[in-house]
Amino acid sequence: MTSLDVSTDATRRPFSGRRVRLGDLILQGVAGLAALGSLVLVGLIAWKVIQGARLSISTFGFGFLTHDIWDPVHDKFGAASFLYGTAVTSFGALILATPIAIGIALFLTELAPPWIRGPVTALVETLAAIPSVVIGLWGILVLAPFLHRDVNPVLHSVLGFIPIFGPPGTYQENVFTAIVVLTMMILPIIASISRELFLSVPSELKEGALGLGTTRWEMIRGVSFPYARGGVAAAMILGLGRAIGEAIAVAQVIGAFTGISINFFNPGNTLGAQVALSYTGSQTPLGESSLFYLALILLVFSIVVNLVAQLIVRRSSRRLGIAR
Amino acid sequence: MSAQEVNPLLRPKDHLLRRRLTNRGMELLAWLAAALAVFFLGVIVWSVARQGLSQLSLSLFTKSQSVGFFGPTTEKLGLANAFVGSLVIVGIATAIALPFGILIAIYVNEFAGKTIRSAVTLVLDVLAGVPAIVIGIFVFQLIVVGRGQSGYAGGFALSILMLPLVARATMEVLALVPNSLREAALGVGAPRWRVTLGVILPQTIGGVLTGAVLAIARIAGETAPLLLVCSLVGGPAVNWNPAQALMTVPLAIFELSDQSDSQEHALAWAGALVLILFILVVSLTARWLATRSRRKIMRASG
Repeated sequence: MTSLDVSTDATRRPFSGRRVRLGDLILQGVAGLAALGSLVLVGLIAWKVIQGARLSISTFGFGFLTHDIWDPVHDKFGAASFLYGTAVTSFGALILATPIAIGIALFLTELAPPWIRGPVTALVETLAAIPSVVIGLWGILVLAPFLHRDVNPVLHSVLGFIPIFGPPGTYQENVFTAIVVLTMMILPIIASISRELFLSVPSELKEGALGLGTTRWEMIRGVSFPYARGGVAAAMILGLGRAIGEAIAVAQVIGAFTGISINFFNPGNTLGAQVALSYTGSQTPLGESSLFYLALILLVFSIVVNLVAQLIVRRSSRRLGIAR
Repeated sequence: MSAQEVNPLLRPKDHLLRRRLTNRGMELLAWLAAALAVFFLGVIVWSVARQGLSQLSLSLFTKSQSVGFFGPTTEKLGLANAFVGSLVIVGIATAIALPFGILIAIYVNEFAGKTIRSAVTLVLDVLAGVPAIVIGIFVFQLIVVGRGQSGYAGGFALSILMLPLVARATMEVLALVPNSLREAALGVGAPRWRVTLGVILPQTIGGVLTGAVLAIARIAGETAPLLLVCSLVGGPAVNWNPAQALMTVPLAIFELSDQSDSQEHALAWAGALVLILFILVVSLTARWLATRSRRKIMRASG
């Protein structure tokens, strides 16, 4: 970034004070068109998805968001159960993943012996590189039977007084399995961003705190956390966005059941999984349009999530005076 | 923060033990968290390796079967059609995303003013955050409706996912090239386009390739968009023609994992093993290349 920032206008602008060359014109034109193309592409995505959803929007309006019926036979569609499933799975995953991810980041920046840091960082990034369909395959064939047999009954007997840990049903594929799978998928995202944030905490501040006689944990709580707070929030939001948008792994393990159930051990469905799973069946025009409506909701979520994360990052880096 | 916390040495002695214990406890939790992540990765890789290794054979790459349509067969199964399809579709995606991504990065880094630069960066971030399934339904509406599914549609969908990755990576290495190099080349009278294409870009080739290769590793396992735009495959025959829908490795894994037959599960594990091995080898090589090329740029900048 440094070399960028010191560049003057004279080296940046092609035409200032020099004669116009055809080659320059062509390169700038072609490259400019490509850049313009990326803007157009995002607009086109929004337009095409809205276009596809138009029939469903005009039929159901905002009521689509509050009805939990998805009935292709009677042409009645509503997103409520998918919205619920998406909210429960992604927030569940976020709640499970955040403390673990922060723990990993602290381990990698403060605790681990130097020789272990490189390999563990690489391993965490490798976890992020595993395709969702492979995690889903593992989820459906290994994780789901294991949770169903060994974990869910225990959770029910210990925490059964909380309604979300109701009696385990007959289905291996359920909301809880999806939460665990999503946790594993967003863990490396939050961890690697948090790691960079903790690395950026000035060592003078940390050493100062330690010099005052704080323990390492008190130093982390008093110096690192306040310093990295905004960034960690942004990392969480990005992780949440990833969880909301994940379709494949969730589709494989959630059981594809339309309806709202408070019990995590019942099957459910999410926005993304519903769109992914209805690819084979032939749809009525209204049914197809309703799938676009679901995708539109996802698109709006993802854009909002990204912009909010950007905003937080910019604001907190300005507050701390970090040039990014 | 209360005054008490700022000045912990003034606290009575008996608090010291508690503070040390808290510290130990928290350190232990952080160790456990790291161990858990490594354990997750280990369990997945171990499962895939254990179940997939026994299926690795030549016939996996030479034979193919029609997933799900005709159920299990007695002959030895393979995923040849899926490997070929993935190769074709990822090839198409790379052919589209690589030049576009590089051009975007060149424009942003070498030509654009500050406003346009931050606008395009923001748009690339937004694009990178759009869920793959939404990209899928977009391409469905744009291309597939009326024309039917095809390998081209699949490649185009994957190229959209790849574009921000390539553009981002190229922008990062372009920013590393020292400005003195630009000024020197411009100073001897070279036209700007030759400076950019002949002097700046060759400096960054290692970094650009790394970014491209990492992006390929990322999209090779992508399933969601293909499900909507390139999934209704005619038969098990190996097909190189992207005008028709092609079977791909992630799609085969997805469909095989949904079957009840253990032989089809075994085939899914084998596909997953090949996919993971490909991704691991490719990303490790890319990382190694990245360190090397970064060092080269640093050396060039003296």
